[in-house]
Amino acid sequence: MSGAVQSLASRFRTCAVTGLKVNRDSENLIKANAVAAVVCLLVGALAAVGLVLTRWQSIHLLPAHWFYRILTLHALNMLIFFIIFFEMAVLYFAGPVLLNARQPAPKLGWLAFLLMVVGTILTDIMVLQGKADVLFTSYPPLRADPYYYLGIIFFAVGALLATALFFASLVVAKKEKSYKGSMPLVTFGALTAAIIAVITLVHGAATYIPTWLWSMDLIQLDAQLYRLLFWALGHSSQQINVAAMVSIWYFLGAVTVGGVVLNEKVSRAAFVLYILFISMASAHHLLVDPGFGPAWKVWNTSYAMYLAVLASMVHGFTVPAGIEMGQRLRGFTSGRFEWLRKAPWGDPGFAGLALSVVIFGFLGGITGVTIGTEQINIIAHNTMRLPGHFHATVVGGTALAFMAVTYYVLPLIFQKRVTFWKLAQIQPYLFGFGISLMCMSMIYQGIFGVPRRHWDISFSNAPFTVEFHPAVWIVQTTMGIGGVLAAFAALSFVLIAVTTVFFGKPVNEEAIAKRLSGLPQGILKPPAQIHQGAHVAKVHLKGAQGTMVLVFIFFACFVLYYFVNWKILSFLWKVG
Amino acid sequence: MSDHESMHSSIVPPTGIWWKDVPKQEKLWITIAFIWCLILFAMMPLWHIRGGQNPSGIRSKVEPADFMARTERFVADYKIGEESGIPVVEPPPGADVYLLARMWQWYPVLKLKKGAQYTLHLSAIDINHGFSLFPVNLNFQVIPGYDYALKITPNSAGDFRIICNEFCGIGHHIMVGKVLVTE
Repeated sequence: MSGAVQSLASRFRTCAVTGLKVNRDSENLIKANAVAAVVCLLVGALAAVGLVLTRWQSIHLLPAHWFYRILTLHALNMLIFFIIFFEMAVLYFAGPVLLNARQPAPKLGWLAFLLMVVGTILTDIMVLQGKADVLFTSYPPLRADPYYYLGIIFFAVGALLATALFFASLVVAKKEKSYKGSMPLVTFGALTAAIIAVITLVHGAATYIPTWLWSMDLIQLDAQLYRLLFWALGHSSQQINVAAMVSIWYFLGAVTVGGVVLNEKVSRAAFVLYILFISMASAHHLLVDPGFGPAWKVWNTSYAMYLAVLASMVHGFTVPAGIEMGQRLRGFTSGRFEWLRKAPWGDPGFAGLALSVVIFGFLGGITGVTIGTEQINIIAHNTMRLPGHFHATVVGGTALAFMAVTYYVLPLIFQKRVTFWKLAQIQPYLFGFGISLMCMSMIYQGIFGVPRRHWDISFSNAPFTVEFHPAVWIVQTTMGIGGVLAAFAALSFVLIAVTTVFFGKPVNEEAIAKRLSGLPQGILKPPAQIHQGAHVAKVHLKGAQGTMVLVFIFFACFVLYYFVNWKILSFLWKVG
Repeated sequence: MSDHESMHSSIVPPTGIWWKDVPKQEKLWITIAFIWCLILFAMMPLWHIRGGQNPSGIRSKVEPADFMARTERFVADYKIGEESGIPVVEPPPGADVYLLARMWQWYPVLKLKKGAQYTLHLSAIDINHGFSLFPVNLNFQVIPGYDYALKITPNSAGDFRIICNEFCGIGHHIMVGKVLVTE
């Protein structure tokens, strides 16, 4: 072997579990980004405790200025820093690792990481110093210190660079023929997330660069135009999360129970639908704004006739159906639901996946489409229904999926056995239950007109009294309990992840053979990823009968919730 | 080997031609979902024609100082009293009604008649605010520089509040206004 080849070969290790060639450069970048994500999650989760204990009016922990400051900190660290650091790790994994390829320009990867870290620290310092009490949205003419906007610009440039490296890795893998055929579905999903990220970051530049200049009094800004541009960034970035989350659903389905792809064409087409319509999602936030007319609002909020919603409904079928077929191929063929009953519920990777699909669909998806309807938004805009909805999508859906996949990333990439395994096994359930309880309680309060982003709903110093329906005070308690539980589960996750990285026992053949604690069942006994033979045709013929029942239950809930909201709307004052 | 004697997972690169026919159940679900999407879409234009609650309004730009002047003129024309230091204004049915949002006050207090239609002009003179009529739960965004004129018809009498539900600084939580509706 020549020296060059040898040095190249030394950059790879062969994964003991999957047999994939893992590039060490990519692996280190995955590790760094994942660790940064967990640190941001820690900051965000600690902030969440302060917030939930303040909005729980009978506790009312923080003073007003700290409440809004911590609210700003929470949103930035969760919605931007945690999620995007994690998504960068997903891109380094789905590109070079899944395609068996080398990492192109690893040094640029480190530069991207550095920019993102500097941006995060700069922004967080500005917020904690009280120089950016503008909340996550920073709607002008509310004004923050110029360094606040600059921090976010640094972070975004870093993320853009890391995304470019993902595209480069696809080119390199194709050119160097590191895989045969088409890229796997998971990589394709990550690719759509990356494309959406680029579009989003362009909107981000269009938002934050002028705002930064404005904060130094160099240019003028229009308050309505800012809202349009900001939400082209803010909502599109949620579509990155959705695409990344759905890719992780497919990935976890495959590694936990050998879930199959029902039809490559359908799943890929559904991903493409996400790309086509994302910029229109800004309209969800502008439905009761004065700057836009009804035709614009109706067309844009519906993503051109709900084609992006169609995409999610397709994935909502193909993910569980793929899992069902995978389970049936493993022999769980009796009745409609043996595959579900005998699923590995003690595997936090699988439990997190299942809960993420259910919470995202039932709580997040249905409520989101409903309140994103032009007229129904009149009874939802800026009430607690909003955070109730998006904590179901981003936290119960995306963050939970990210946690679930971490239980596989720790042994596969960090090569460590997961610590506190018993806690890890119940962590997705605690988190899923807590966040669901909190979301439902928030949505319920919103229906009674309780505002979001509000320090004191007893309105004690206001010129006029406001008295909420007594039911509000009951769900205030369930919101508090749910929120505390979810924060506890998130902090447990951080504890598990950090102790595993630093003190976890190594994964080796002996650990797998002896079935030592801290390894999910999909690693102890990896399910087959390719199935061939006559029994496959038999399973195919029967199809996903159980999933058909599940999706029709979902559909019934959707129709009911949607039309109940129209009914509530019809009772209101006439307005037009 | 037939098409259906082989399946693979989502982490396996598919080889050969994977542009295959969609299984029956999947096709059924996609069809239902697509029809549902069309219904979701159709509901919005339909409500513009048949429904009574739409956020259309008459929308125009306005300088904050101009809006302030219009509001002051409106207050001078129809003022009937004062409450908590804020003027109470009773415009005649059909009138243009001005409601100004500022840190941290809704100005003025409105007195309206049940069943009468008014054109409610909303704007802010400093930063974004959120109009939330309580307990009816009607919500609109109030943006400086923009006049959002909504035709409203109260269908119930009583004592209503306006909560600010867009963050507007440290006094956000005391920004409560009042609307009285009489029979």
